[in-house]
Amino acid sequence: MSEITQSALDRRTLLRRAAAVGLVAAPGVSFLSACAGSDDSSDDTKQATGEKSADNPLGIDPKAGIEIVIFDGGLGTKYATDVDTPLYNKKWPDSKVTYSATQQVATTIKPRLNAGSPPDMINNSGSDLMDFGAIVKAGQAADLSDLFAAPSLDIAGKTVAETLVPGAVQQGTYDGKPFAVNYSFTVFGLWYNKKLFEKNSWTIPTTWADFTALLDKIKAAGITPFSYAGANASYYMVRAIMTSAAKIGTEQVLKDIDNLKPGAWTNDAVKQAAAAWGEVGKKYANPSHLGLKHTEVQLQQNQDKVAFYPCGSWLENEQAASTPAGFEYAMMAFPSVTTSDKLPATAINAAAGEIYFAAAKGKNPQGGKEYLRTMLSKEAALEFTKLTKSLTVVSGAADGVTISPGLTSANDALSKAGQDVFMGYLFDTWYKKLDDASREAANQLFFKGGDAQKFCDTMEAASQAVAKDSSITKFTRS
Amino acid sequence: MRHGKYPFIIGFLVVPLALYLVFVVGAYVQMFQLSLTDWSGYGGFTYIGLENFQKLWDDPVFWIALRHNVYLLIAMPIITIAMALFFAFLLNSGGRKAGGVWGSKVYRVIFFFPQLLALAIVAVIFGRVFGSDKSGMINGLLPESWTPWLFLADEQWALTCILVVLVWQAVGFYVVLFSAGMGSIAEEIYEAAALDGATKVTLFFKITLPLLWDTLQVAWVYLGIAAFDAFALVNIMSVNHGGPDNSTQVLSMQIYLNAFQNSQAGYASALGVVLFFLTLTFAALTLRVTRRDAVQA
Repeated sequence: MSEITQSALDRRTLLRRAAAVGLVAAPGVSFLSACAGSDDSSDDTKQATGEKSADNPLGIDPKAGIEIVIFDGGLGTKYATDVDTPLYNKKWPDSKVTYSATQQVATTIKPRLNAGSPPDMINNSGSDLMDFGAIVKAGQAADLSDLFAAPSLDIAGKTVAETLVPGAVQQGTYDGKPFAVNYSFTVFGLWYNKKLFEKNSWTIPTTWADFTALLDKIKAAGITPFSYAGANASYYMVRAIMTSAAKIGTEQVLKDIDNLKPGAWTNDAVKQAAAAWGEVGKKYANPSHLGLKHTEVQLQQNQDKVAFYPCGSWLENEQAASTPAGFEYAMMAFPSVTTSDKLPATAINAAAGEIYFAAAKGKNPQGGKEYLRTMLSKEAALEFTKLTKSLTVVSGAADGVTISPGLTSANDALSKAGQDVFMGYLFDTWYKKLDDASREAANQLFFKGGDAQKFCDTMEAASQAVAKDSSITKFTRS
Repeated sequence: MRHGKYPFIIGFLVVPLALYLVFVVGAYVQMFQLSLTDWSGYGGFTYIGLENFQKLWDDPVFWIALRHNVYLLIAMPIITIAMALFFAFLLNSGGRKAGGVWGSKVYRVIFFFPQLLALAIVAVIFGRVFGSDKSGMINGLLPESWTPWLFLADEQWALTCILVVLVWQAVGFYVVLFSAGMGSIAEEIYEAAALDGATKVTLFFKITLPLLWDTLQVAWVYLGIAAFDAFALVNIMSVNHGGPDNSTQVLSMQIYLNAFQNSQAGYASALGVVLFFLTLTFAALTLRVTRRDAVQA
């Protein structure tokens, strides 16, 4: 998430990380467990432990110090130094927290992992992040089952796992065991200027008919109704199409796509979603936006030249410097495409990202986990959100608190969605080739006339080409 | 002193030579090795023979990229050399005495200026020049009522936009190169020809061009190699890394995408091998085809 605020390219790596999650399920599960299980080299370093008790559910040694490493990027490090560490020390005053920040995670951490003396808690992030699947395979990440089963630090009567948004634990689970805390949380939707909409008394649509009727009104007002940047942000459009497809036919549609199931892209749900969005492109697209970059179109939105923009919740923070006073970000869920969509109109695509993990072979892995438990407390999560303008996976931590308007609306959308929050798709990070194809196909669909059948056929062919290519490592999810 | 000469020279050469062997030759050798493997870029690999080359042969995008490289290979040197010769001739106009156009010294500096800019900066600037809406420089200069030209967002024209920038960036260097070449031509030849009543056009074709042949040959090879690359411009300027719809796709972009984004380092190495031989063949052919007996100046 740290990069989310920086550039499109970085944002990708972030999402990839969010999705690394899924990498999880894939690479030969038995192989994975064999590796992780047979590794007893941790025996040679003495690891700190203490008595387990209600107050000390992870059984840490209160006197043993911990070492943490935080990635110094877009999220900054203040949340760790000014919030998490003081909170941790409030409970464990005798445990000295050794803190360091780095922008070169792999460069600094990898040699220490290999040397068997890693820090206890690591924030694996940034452009120099480590392949987390490989870390899990190598048995370097501590099993977080006991962390998630432990009681929450400040939410009474709930385990840590129970305080998190749906899917959060799952996203850090590899071969049935959780190894990562994906801490920050991105909500995807359609972003608009609340003030502009209020001024024109445009109401937020939930059905496709209302949506297109509103687009007509917006067009009549001389504003481009819906747009995105074709030059480098076409994956925003891919996400729009995929989100609609999932709403029409449930997340299973996206799972089939990720699993390269034959016919996954020519599925009716995908076709209907592509047809609907192709129609929007045909009627309302501004062809010159194909040549623009994300910041350029986002700036146009800030100038009220573009009404709807499909994006994730980093948008508000990214545009902070360009947002004028008369502009107030708000987010709506993608409207239902058909009247028989299997997911309700309120359903939201949201994904966890930004990996934090405890090193299995550190001196004090339990202490590392206790630090994570501190981060997952409601108090720490709220402060994190305030400092970084990013939501966390701690469910409802930002409820009822004054945060930025855009994030508030994303948070509201999230609570309206209830259990209908789905993680989305992982094919873009698993199979870069398929990702490239989808970006191009989305651009063609939206800016070049909206041929849904062509979109489906192109993607189906690309998907099957990947499936047949033995040199590409395959992943699956369920 | 003489007895100390060889250790001295060797001492100087051994370090750069070692660096060259390790980082240039070594990298090439490794590329050949890796092109025969399924290496993803992480961890280990197995040898798969020529499978990567087979895949490459069957890959439609490879052929598209190759076609674009060939287009650039023909268009870029011809346009660049023609323009550079024209400008250089104007600047020198047949010998120093005859004098070039007014202010030619200033022009020479201006022509050379694009060379001083990093290619990435040039790409970013021209990205703005070719902006597909009114915020683009060219579209901004057009009357308000005109539909903006799409430039890089238009499959028909995207590659031509890249070509324009390639030429713009290269011309200045060759103007200076050709100017230097023209400057070294003995003035007596021009004077004699002028006395015989030769026009400037005749001077150019009968004297300047033949005497400049070696320089032209070098220019052609250099430009050809630049045309095989074009990576920075395509990467920064094009829609979606080689788009729209692969209309600006080139081999170097394919290498980059496969190696660093698709995690297919083996396949990318195979592409690299192909590019290596293409460039080598081109250079050899150019030198062979354009070989002439040196004209004594």
